[in-house]
Amino acid sequence: MSSLLDAFLGQWNYFLVILLMMIGFYAVIARGNMVKKMVGLNIFQTSVFMLYISMGKISEGTAPILTGDAATVYSNPLPHVLILTAIVVGVATTAVGYALIIRIQESFDTIEDDDIILLMEDETEDAQ
Amino acid sequence: MSGFVVNAVLIFFLVLIAFLALRLHRLFAMVMLSGAFSLVAAALFVVLDAVDVAFTEAAVGAGISTVLALATLSLVPVEEKPHKVAIIPAFIALTTGVLLALAVTDLPKFGAADAPIHNYVAPDFISGSENDIGVPNVVTSVLASYRGYDTLGETVVIFTAAIAVLLIIGGWTRDRRRVSKQAEDDHAG
Repeated sequence: MSSLLDAFLGQWNYFLVILLMMIGFYAVIARGNMVKKMVGLNIFQTSVFMLYISMGKISEGTAPILTGDAATVYSNPLPHVLILTAIVVGVATTAVGYALIIRIQESFDTIEDDDIILLMEDETEDAQ
Repeated sequence: MSGFVVNAVLIFFLVLIAFLALRLHRLFAMVMLSGAFSLVAAALFVVLDAVDVAFTEAAVGAGISTVLALATLSLVPVEEKPHKVAIIPAFIALTTGVLLALAVTDLPKFGAADAPIHNYVAPDFISGSENDIGVPNVVTSVLASYRGYDTLGETVVIFTAAIAVLLIIGGWTRDRRRVSKQAEDDHAG
């Protein structure tokens, strides 16, 4: 039991980040409203960033900006760089997602995916 | 220990905000919560020593993303249709979460200085930054110089996204779309 507790205390940050990820994941796959899907995706994405940044953290370390003191411990700068890139790419894909939502609203007059499925079924029936 | 407490409180807030955003049916309030989520996440990044990531997240995640979402909300319905809890997606999310949690137990302990990630190229970047690039901020020198090609790739992605957005909702295709919509309405009428 104590080894389980040790494992949890050693990695609690990762477990909580996974809980956050799954809230975002559920919003993406369970909810029919497309704006809500995008917000879920945003939460999912930010949680993945937290996982990466957590891996770069060193206890007693400081931000990777050189102080000139040789004894200073710096946290790992590499995940920070990767996540900087990922944040900017993330907002670019978010913009495309919202553009598609606006376009879907123009064509179908709704952004709920079950309504859109009904509309498309009606259309195929009309065609037959 | 104080770092542990600050971290735990911030992540607790994040879970609370994410849960509320999932529950709300008013999309405007939900988008605002999403902005708040990014802001608290930025605070967490400061605690985790990632100051550059923190201000990018605050500017881009809490700022630009929220503006994009609000611009979208001005064109679409702002109320979500009521719905039930979906069992199958909840089960999938739960299973994925359990599997990830099991996988995470194989990672080195949080904050360990001897983790493999800290012993590969990162020490070279930290020790070389001053002489090779001459910038005290190691993140800047890795971003712009050591891994400059990644940043070039990033700008290509942003350029592609900008073109995609313009093609989807830009002025070039609007007239044609209006004509086809008109024809469709005439047909239906």
